[in-house]
Amino acid sequence: MAIHPIVSALQRHKVGTLLIALQIAFTLAIVCNALFVIHNCFDKMHRTTGLHEDHLFMIETTSASGANSAGMSSEALDASIRGDLVALRRLPSVEDAYESNSLPLSNMPWSNILRTSPNDKPHTFAEFFNADDHTIGTLGLTLVGGRNFRADEIGGHDQLSGMQPSVVIVSRQLATMLFPNGNALGNRIYFMGTVTPSTIVGIVDRMQTASANGFNDSATWNSILVPFRMVNPTRYYVVRAKNGQLAAAMKAAEAALYAQDPLRIIPDGEDGDDIGIRSFAQIRAAAYATDRTLAMLMGVIGAILLSVTGAGIAGLSSFWVTQRRRQIGMRRALGATARDILNYFLVENALISGSGAMLGIVLAYAFNYWLMSKLELTVLSSPYVFIGVAITVLLSQAAAFAPALRASKIAPMEAIRTF
Amino acid sequence: MFKYYLQLAARSLQRNAVLTALMVMAMGFGVASSMTTYSLFRAVSGDPIPWKSSKLFFPQIDASGPLHRRDADEPNDVLTYVDAVALMQDHRARLQTALYPIKPTVTTSKRQRAIPGHAVYREFFPMLDIAFSYGAGWSAAEDEHHAMVAVISKGLNQRLFGGTNSVGKTIQLNARTYTVVGVLADWHPRPKFYDLANVEAFGADDQVFIPFTTAIDQQMATAGGFGCSAPPRPGFAGTLTTTCYWIGYMVELDSAQEVEAYRAYLDHYARDQQSAGRFGWPPDNRLHDLQAWMTYEKVVPPPTKVSLVVALCLLLVCMVNTVGLLLAKFMTRYSDIAVRRAMGASRRAIAVQYCIESGVIGLVGGLLALALTWLGLSAMRHVLPTQIAILAHLDFSLLWQTLCLAITATVIAGLYPVWRATHASPFLQLKED
Repeated sequence: MAIHPIVSALQRHKVGTLLIALQIAFTLAIVCNALFVIHNCFDKMHRTTGLHEDHLFMIETTSASGANSAGMSSEALDASIRGDLVALRRLPSVEDAYESNSLPLSNMPWSNILRTSPNDKPHTFAEFFNADDHTIGTLGLTLVGGRNFRADEIGGHDQLSGMQPSVVIVSRQLATMLFPNGNALGNRIYFMGTVTPSTIVGIVDRMQTASANGFNDSATWNSILVPFRMVNPTRYYVVRAKNGQLAAAMKAAEAALYAQDPLRIIPDGEDGDDIGIRSFAQIRAAAYATDRTLAMLMGVIGAILLSVTGAGIAGLSSFWVTQRRRQIGMRRALGATARDILNYFLVENALISGSGAMLGIVLAYAFNYWLMSKLELTVLSSPYVFIGVAITVLLSQAAAFAPALRASKIAPMEAIRTF
Repeated sequence: MFKYYLQLAARSLQRNAVLTALMVMAMGFGVASSMTTYSLFRAVSGDPIPWKSSKLFFPQIDASGPLHRRDADEPNDVLTYVDAVALMQDHRARLQTALYPIKPTVTTSKRQRAIPGHAVYREFFPMLDIAFSYGAGWSAAEDEHHAMVAVISKGLNQRLFGGTNSVGKTIQLNARTYTVVGVLADWHPRPKFYDLANVEAFGADDQVFIPFTTAIDQQMATAGGFGCSAPPRPGFAGTLTTTCYWIGYMVELDSAQEVEAYRAYLDHYARDQQSAGRFGWPPDNRLHDLQAWMTYEKVVPPPTKVSLVVALCLLLVCMVNTVGLLLAKFMTRYSDIAVRRAMGASRRAIAVQYCIESGVIGLVGGLLALALTWLGLSAMRHVLPTQIAILAHLDFSLLWQTLCLAITATVIAGLYPVWRATHASPFLQLKED
């Protein structure tokens, strides 16, 4: 089929052609970026924390005698924490438990900036988690080097004291960042503001930080375990339930804690409180709520966009067919087959959407460039552009097909009919 | 004439019903997605105190020096106790307050609960123009004497005193007795702009305020961030004298001169500390106003901005779509136009008629958009945190903005088709028919 007559016919419909091409271009640019963003959100949401997440839950509790350090001696507080832990670990539905300041994905970041020599400026961002000898087991972390904390290394520590533990366990990512030569185990690091070193005694394979959407996404895996019980009126118990007994353990743990101290506070979720007892699944869902919402919005907007564009092209093509009834009839009278007419409209549409797609590719990268400044995104990878081009061109062809089919059924008689 | 054109437009909606339906749907969906994402954006980016946001400032003072932070880092966004108290004592602005978040336990009839609150100076209340239901803030003397007084929120007053005037009555915070001096009227600042450095921007409302000096006296620990650039001396007293960052600070500066003077004062203060040997580095201070501070503290999540922009792009595509469809729709009417023109109608009259017609399409699209926006926001409420979800609702302003946007966008999309319609040659059209 000759392209030339189609092109010259299009030149008589410059504006209509331009409008369709523009629509295709914008649609392509937005759709492939939306797909890319959705893919990124899902990637982010499916990162593994390094924890064995099933059967895990966390309890927030505050001693009623007050959020002031003066209310209760730190020895008494520490004793109550140890008492709570004994009670929790004794529960039949509970596998193990420990006390901490935070948990991966919990959005309670406790950060520090580390250095490897007392004379350096602090350079490596990390988030720390209070831990004891039960932590690795409770969380299901994988120790890949060195050893766990020993029970005798764990001490009480309040929120206000300086952070200078004698031993620490770090994530593999943090170990590599601090000691690129691979000699992290047994080496020393310094917390901010201290000159007393902390020795790395263990390395765990992977442990995500508390902030899923932090400002420090390059540090998502920079976690460090410190051998402290957090002696603070408000603290957190991380508990692993026995297989299949999560709900039972969550109930039993609450009852056990109230039995230990009837006046304690476990937020119940009323009056704008957060809920005090949350399963890890709930913590994870809250951590990625923003990403889920973004993915959902992108999906809905993309779907609307494709429908609007498809319907618009169908509407315009159908209008063109009506407008050219007489010319089509004439071509048919002069010997063109129905197939020729169908092809004519489909090729015309392909020409328009093809050139729109060219422009769309440029726009897609421009849009991607802007998105990169806003979200944690990389350069749009080419498969997304191909998928985008395929979707929009096929959509456009599909939208034009029904009107083109109708055109092909126009009888030669139409050429002489007035209407 | 306007009324007649409206009737004409309404009647012509039925002609080319498919084209009309397509346009109405396109504008409806385009406008609805824009308005849904816009209402989310509005919820998180709104100015919480528009009459004063350019006058509220948040100082930062580098109290640990460049050696204690990475090169790219800014000075800490909160102050040390030493600097905060020094600034309060110098009292260089008309109104200022040091503040930090607390979470005392309060005894209610049922059981105890920990409630969010802030330790502030008395100037906090007039500075933020906070209205009281009963009583008022405390006095400067009470600040000075570390008085056991409290201002409570309307909600807490409801819970503890059944909403009655509780001024003069007492409440138990951390098992100590405080006298209520004021009960706030409804006040739900979102974001919690006065302490963005320490608390979640869209966290729960504060329910209690006590004097800063009293909170320090009672050794109430901060419920916000806490970090030191040197190992703190032991106990609560130690955190007051070591370089530990945890105190928020806010000043009101009413004119450009006052801002400049305050900047100079901060530099002067830091230089004094330098010559006294406390700071071993030149002054490195910041003074952001509220808008800049909200940007610095990243109050608006980037995904919210991105969704809004993508939705606006969708609206643009819908408009392009509508241009094409209107062009087609008007083209079928060129012979009508030709007849009217031949009988003496001016181009202006034709233009007005067809603009009204696109406006009517926009209006119908707008009504569809309203329904869809309502649906969209209901869906959003399921996935958003409650504090933001409260803000994202279909109110009167969103209602008329939706209709206006739909009509304006459609009329703009109609400009070119209308221009084409008015410039179609009447002679040619008549002859062709």
